[in-house]
Amino acid sequence: MKIDIKRDEQTVSYELACEDLTLLELLTHIKTEIDSSLAFSSGCRSGVCGSCAMRVNGKEVLACTYKPQDGDLIEPLRYAPLLRDLVVDMDKALGFNKIAKAWGLPTSKILNISPKDAEINELQSDCILCGACYSACPVYAVNPGFIGPFALTRAWRYVSDVRETDVTQTIAAVQTKGIYDCTLCNECVPVCPQGIAPKQDIVMLRNKSGVMGYMDPNFASSFGGFDSGFTF
Amino acid sequence: MVDVLVIGAGGAGLVAALGAKESGASVKVLTKSYPTRSQTCMAQGGINAALGNASEDSVKSHYENTLKSAHGIANKKMIEKLCSEGIEAIKWLDSIGMPFSRTTEGTIAQRRLGGASAPRACYAQDYTGLKILHTLYDQCNANDIEMLSERFLLELLVEDGVVCGAKVLNIKTGEIEIHEAKSVILATGGYSRVYGKNSTNAVGSTGDGIAVAYRAGVKLSDMEFVQFHPTGLKNSSILISESARGEGGYLLNKEGKRFTDELAPRDEVSRAIYEEIEKSGEVYIDIRHLGEEFISHNLPQERKLAKLYENVDPVFELVPIKPIAHYTMGGIDVDEDAQTNIQGLFAVGECANQKVHGANRLGGNSLLELIVFGRETGKNAAKSAKENLLIPAGHSASAHVKHEDLLFDLVIKSTCKVDFYKKRDELAEQFYKNVGIKRNEQKLSNALKYLQTLKEQLPLMGVRDSNKLYNTELVDFLEFKNIIDLAEMVVSGALQREESRGAHYREDMPSENEVFEKNTIYYKNGEKLCVQLKR
Repeated sequence: MKIDIKRDEQTVSYELACEDLTLLELLTHIKTEIDSSLAFSSGCRSGVCGSCAMRVNGKEVLACTYKPQDGDLIEPLRYAPLLRDLVVDMDKALGFNKIAKAWGLPTSKILNISPKDAEINELQSDCILCGACYSACPVYAVNPGFIGPFALTRAWRYVSDVRETDVTQTIAAVQTKGIYDCTLCNECVPVCPQGIAPKQDIVMLRNKSGVMGYMDPNFASSFGGFDSGFTF
Repeated sequence: MVDVLVIGAGGAGLVAALGAKESGASVKVLTKSYPTRSQTCMAQGGINAALGNASEDSVKSHYENTLKSAHGIANKKMIEKLCSEGIEAIKWLDSIGMPFSRTTEGTIAQRRLGGASAPRACYAQDYTGLKILHTLYDQCNANDIEMLSERFLLELLVEDGVVCGAKVLNIKTGEIEIHEAKSVILATGGYSRVYGKNSTNAVGSTGDGIAVAYRAGVKLSDMEFVQFHPTGLKNSSILISESARGEGGYLLNKEGKRFTDELAPRDEVSRAIYEEIEKSGEVYIDIRHLGEEFISHNLPQERKLAKLYENVDPVFELVPIKPIAHYTMGGIDVDEDAQTNIQGLFAVGECANQKVHGANRLGGNSLLELIVFGRETGKNAAKSAKENLLIPAGHSASAHVKHEDLLFDLVIKSTCKVDFYKKRDELAEQFYKNVGIKRNEQKLSNALKYLQTLKEQLPLMGVRDSNKLYNTELVDFLEFKNIIDLAEMVVSGALQREESRGAHYREDMPSENEVFEKNTIYYKNGEKLCVQLKR
């Protein structure tokens, strides 16, 4: 089997006699047997730590849960600074969690929650922060300040939590460079290894924002906005 | 200079950081990967607390179960604290948005894990550790705690018996950095990767903090106690959570017959499986009778991983398993305030030995330990930092550190005649076979001899990659060196403990011996490792 790995500016081909291995096992094989300088990140080997997200033939996968095919092209994630080979610097990307104020406000009141209510954000809290959705999001090509799919899913996780009594902070935080900068193109959905649909969560945040009195700026400007002298 | 420097950003490190911040200290967290990539994310089964939501339970039962499993070498006072404060710990997690699974009454759902007299483990599907870790990470963001990723711990800086910071490798740049602090918390995790591929753990569980602490003169304890999880996938060592048995899964031998109590403590189940594999060659876990809907909802990871790595679907087929290294009870010896024998240096989580697990940890108690002792350790470290007025000007850490080029030493000076990756795998096999589930004097002596040869070969090993930037071969090699040091302790302690106790089982001495109802203490004397029993 032949696979190509994008290593900095060049693409390097490897001929391997390996069958039925995960991509991570294959990369480990290359590193320990063929070329020790190959750089990639890994952790749990079981799809839960989010270390080994990369792109195969232009689609984001976790190396530990993907079985490579002959001719695959392996590349690092997009829109994050390349450190080396398949490793990118995720600091700035992860910083969007903070910008989105995606956290719970500690409450002293302990509530009983029905299994149904608990299910509301069960899927969103499955997120492993692997960055697959981030790399798949085309908005970053033109708008590097976009809060982006995983941070917005995280925001919705807390906003939708029935225990949260005050979500104004988080909702306010996702208005600028946030929910309205998403084009709803759906690219983030199929690449999520956890089956999360950030696009859907962004729509939910928009609805919630609407209920809380926020206005979609695109909508407002398409009608010339309120200050344009347009009168009913 | 920061008040509290936390090294390690798994559950223990993040809780400690929050605890220190809450006490008014300035806090900085360093991690060798990223906070949410830590080992904690792999904990599946649950977190124990005697809430009694699923059936009657009490703190007393939790205490008794834990004490029994510890086999006489735990600190009763600390177990008491762990169990009684467990309930508060769960409430705290609930209050910061931890998405626990729920009962039909709306309370936090609980299930039974091995060695527990009641369903006591609170869980979130089989993502308990993942969701706790991420919830803590979000709280650290909320509290504006600085978290620096890709920093590999090289050395603790100690002046006149007082800790004053740490020297780390910035993996991204290849540069050495000094981080000064008034107190330091080690939360760097366990050393199960001594067993390499025969471990459930993430590749980073190489006990770096423990090895570095030892070199700085810190005492360690009970290193010989390594827990083997009964159910790792046979080929890949991927964990099949204890909840699979807790929910009613069976263990079957080659003939398809049950052969042991599935919910006995882990050490007993692991030995039973190991013996059965020696006898008949195969052991399987069978959860088919739980049904597809139940498995998909309550054990989603198990299903996914069994399909991926073993090509079997547990809904319809038996899953081949073997016991594998899972958790290390030993670690940095700490007092009841989590402080080491070096002033201002604290340790918490799997890297520390808080003496609550003793000779064998119960499932669901390690996540609990992180929360209960993590918060307190953070507070203690903050207090210690406030009281630490001893650091006069010019006495600061950076003034005393040589900024040698790490790569230069390991790349240029080494011939790389011996491939350390091969040796790493070899060591793992040696240890699984000889210092694993069933030990005896002959096996242990062989392993020790092997280690000595390995240490002699070490100067022939090195890093071939001379690129400074993001050099993962360098990191792998530094981890391997830590593993060698820790492996020597595990085998030395196991040789000295001429009895069987909990996870430490000697075929040649299969019963407990009162003489050994003590903790094993490890310390460095010159360049020599000293091992001593101490009550």
